[in-house]
Order: sequence, then structure tokens, then C-alpha cells
Amino acid sequence: MPLQSLDITRRSATTTPSPSQRQTEEVAKLIDTTKCIGCKACQVACMEWNDTRDAIGDNHGVYDNPMDLTENSWTVMRYSEVETDRGLEWLIRKDGCMHCADPGCLKACPAPGAIVQYSNGIVDFHEENCIGCGYCIAGCPFNVPRLSKKDSKVYKCTLCSDRVAVGLEPACVKTCPTGAIVFGSKEDMAHHAEGRIADLKERGFANAGLYDPAGVGGTHVMYVLHHADQPELYHGLPKDPSISPLVSLWKGVTKPLALFGLGLTVLAGFFHYVTVGPKEVDEETESS
Amino acid sequence: MREKLIQRYTPPERANHWVVAIAFVLLALSGLALFHPSLYWLSSLFGGGPWMRILHPFIGVVLALSFVALALRLWRFNRMSKDDEQWLCQIGDVMRNRDSKLPEAGRYNAGQKLLFYVMVACVALLLLSGIVIWRPWFAGAFPLVMVRLGAVIHALSAFVLIAGIIVHIYAAILTKGSIHAMVRGTVPQAWARKHHPAWYREMTEGSNR
Ligand code: HEM
Ligand code: SF4
Repeated sequence: MPLQSLDITRRSATTTPSPSQRQTEEVAKLIDTTKCIGCKACQVACMEWNDTRDAIGDNHGVYDNPMDLTENSWTVMRYSEVETDRGLEWLIRKDGCMHCADPGCLKACPAPGAIVQYSNGIVDFHEENCIGCGYCIAGCPFNVPRLSKKDSKVYKCTLCSDRVAVGLEPACVKTCPTGAIVFGSKEDMAHHAEGRIADLKERGFANAGLYDPAGVGGTHVMYVLHHADQPELYHGLPKDPSISPLVSLWKGVTKPLALFGLGLTVLAGFFHYVTVGPKEVDEETESS
Repeated sequence: MREKLIQRYTPPERANHWVVAIAFVLLALSGLALFHPSLYWLSSLFGGGPWMRILHPFIGVVLALSFVALALRLWRFNRMSKDDEQWLCQIGDVMRNRDSKLPEAGRYNAGQKLLFYVMVACVALLLLSGIVIWRPWFAGAFPLVMVRLGAVIHALSAFVLIAGIIVHIYAAILTKGSIHAMVRGTVPQAWARKHHPAWYREMTEGSNR
């Protein structure tokens, strides 16, 4: 939910500029999977700050709990046991909205102002404008938005836009006991990641790297991965995510063109009528 | 002299047609509101965005069912013939109202038949794709790629159908007397002889004229 209502770069289903007089600094959250111990403190902090409570689930014999993102669990820890050249590895990733620079949800949304992107890069849902169509779910390349069964509105991580607006870090960042989650300007975070990656490489993780996928214009939630060459190892993190071509086809120039086409069809009918005229039964020919 | 009338549509046929027509208009208005931001204001006609989103698919089901009933009633009149192909080749004459040069049309002319099949295909596609993208009920059961494909197919077939119906409505305005046929059910004999000569002969054969 918004506080920085005056710094909007993009607004769903809106064709004129949004209030964008000021340019705030682009922010990013950096999640270092190599430092994460999977304690879920961030999951708890998220629920605490945002006052969401998920239903008590079932034990599936794995650490993942709940098993998936929900309208109440905006972030979940994903645990993957994988065999790599280093033997058995336990890879843990904090999953949630990536806050894409080019957000597929916002592109797909038909309701004006239900999704906005602040000039600091945060992508936020304004549920009061949401009509519950779920187009954003189809638009998202990371499968993040969840439709509430209670109110038919969609929910997801806000990157604590309310906290960030008043100069605080997101709740998950504040709580992380190992410092695996850090927050700041996107530039600083990329710089911080460089140091981490150099360190990891020195310690034998030759493919360590930053996950900031260009296919979606970069993200405002980034990962440091030990195996940046194989992001799929981390519970299917997409290697080269981008807005699906089907969504681009659906939401691209085809739409204004289609409307133009319909308008033209109506006009063509009107001018045909005033030039050629109607088909009437001609009295004289009929009586002959 | 009082004009002789021929029955073209029975009361049940007319009622069926107008159920389809009303459902279509509601669907086109609500669908277009979702289709492009410039038309989002149409959502006010349905009590706002959420109500429009809720109602659209249910109206869609009404349309699909009533359309199937109508299509079954009219199916046998819409078979294409050799003459129909010739008619379509002379579309220029149709547009310039040189109707006497055209091959004789039966109960429906080739343009009407073609549009009939376009409508059948579009409604089938709209129903199937509409179910795939229908939240909260069905969309969750389909993989995301199918929901995306469903949305594209739905938008595309809606575009084709709306364009087709614009042509359909214009043809009704253009051909004087046809709106009366669908509202009151009858047409003058002269109308039938001019616009659907083969049908006219069929209807009047055996009877005195
Ligand atoms: C036949 C049954 C139909 C079903 C089940 C159906 C269902 C849906 C659903 C679920 C949506 C998404 C929004 C929402 O949840 O309300 C939608 C959107 C839409 N529908 Fe339908 N619909 C049907 C028929 C039609 C017809 C006949 C038309 C055309 C007149 C139409 C035009 C549209 C349009 C233009 C959209 C917006 C597409 C976009 O956002 O690109 N629908 N429909
Ligand atoms: S569910 Fe809400 S936020 Fe998502 S696309 Fe539809 S209106 Fe927009």
C-alpha cells in the first residue's frame, strides 16, 4: 500500500503520465543465498509487519512451510537438495516478488491504478483498485501474485513500500540474523554483491554471481548465487526470465490497433450508408 | 391493395435471437472495458470494475447456451452452395447495390452464411478460452501458459466477433425491412422476392400469387 503517492513511474491501465515530478533513488534488496541459514526469521518478520497470518498447514516432511506463496505469505523459504560437482548441496532461497523494472503484472492489469511502480523501482498493488481478474498472475514471469479467497484481490510482497517511504529498510532485512539480506540503493547493492562474489570465487565457487535478470529490465530484488550459471537449481529460479511473448502479444500494440479497426468498421458502414444508401424494395420494378 | 406477408421468424426464434443479442451487447461492453484503458469507464455501466468482472463470464454462459439453441435452429438454412461462391466473388456488386446481377439467394445469402460460421467459431472459442481465464473458479486449474494463451485467444476472437456483429447490424440497417422481420417476424412478399428470390419461390410454390 502506498505512501509515496507522488513518485509513480508507471500505473496499470493508464495511458497518460502518472505523478512523476520527482525522481527518487532506485532501491534494491540483495539476498545472499550463500549467507542464508534458512531460519525463516524474514518470513516471520514479514507477517509481523504486514499483519498477515496464514492458515496452519500440514507437515509435508520438508522444511518448506507453507509449501507455496499465498495471499498471506508474501515470502517463503525454498529448500532444494541438489547434487553438484561439490557433492550434495542444500540451497536455500527466499522467494517472493522480484520487483522487476519491466513488470509483467503491471503490463497485464486492466484496472487503472491497481498496480503501480514507484520511481524508486518498487512494484506495488493498490488493492482498492483491483477487480480480481487475475490477469497479473498470467503476466508475472516469476509466478508471484496470489488471489485471495476472502476478498478476490491479489496480494504480494510490497518490498515494505510503507517502511521504505519513511526511510526504513524492509522488515525482512531488519530481522535477518546473518546479514544475508541487505537493502539500499540499487547501485550500492550491486557494488556490495561484487565484493561478496569476489570472496566466493576465492573460496572455490567459480560460478558465483549476481542474479539481476536483464530480460525483465533487471530486478529490485537481487540474489547472490553460488551457482549463478544454474539458477534453476534454486527451486526453479528462471535462468532468463522475461514477459511471455503471449502476454506481449495480448497487451501490445495489437490492442489500440484492434480498437482503431473496430472504429473504422463503424465509420465505413456510416459512409457506405450516406453514399451508396440502403437496399430498398423499389416500388416500380416490383409492380411490373 | 394490402401487401402479402411471409413469415420469416417464429416468436420463439425471435425471442431466442434477442436473448443472444442482449447478452452479446452486455458482453461486448464489459469485455471492451477490460480490453483497453480508454474504455474502462464502461465498467460503470455494470456497477464498477469488480461487479463487471464477476458478471461478464456468467453472461457469457447465457450467451453460449442461447447461441447454441439459435444456431441449431438455423443450421440447415446455412449450407453453402455453388451460387454462394459466385455471390461472394461479386461482393463489389453487393456493396454497390447492383443486386439484380447477383446469383439468386436462398433464405440466407452467402454473406449471411459466412458470418454465421464466423459467429459459431468465435462463440466456441470465446466459451472455451473464457473458462480457462475465469477466476476464481477455473483458471487456477490450468497451467499459466494455457491461461496466457486463453487470454490471447479470448481477446482475438472477441475482436473478430465484435467486428462481425458490426457488419451484421449494419447489414440489418442497410436492408430495409429486415429489422421488422426479426422484431415482428414477417416480411412483405416483395421484400422476399428482391432479397431472397430462391426462398421466395420456395415459400410461395403451390400457393396462388
Ligand atoms: C462465452 C462465454 C464467455 C466467457 C465464459 C467469458 C469469460 C471471460 C473472462 C473470465 C474474462 C476475464 C475477465 C473476467 O473475469 O470477467 C473475459 C474477458 C473478456 N471477454 Fe469474455 N467471456 C465469454 C464471452 C465473451 C464474448 C461473447 C465477448 C465478445 C463480445 C467477450 C469479450 C471479452 C473481452 C473483450 C474480454 C477482455 C479481454 C482482454 O482483457 O483482452 N467475452 N471473458
Ligand atoms: S487481479 Fe487486480 S491487480 Fe491483478 S490484473 Fe486484475 S485488477 Fe490488476
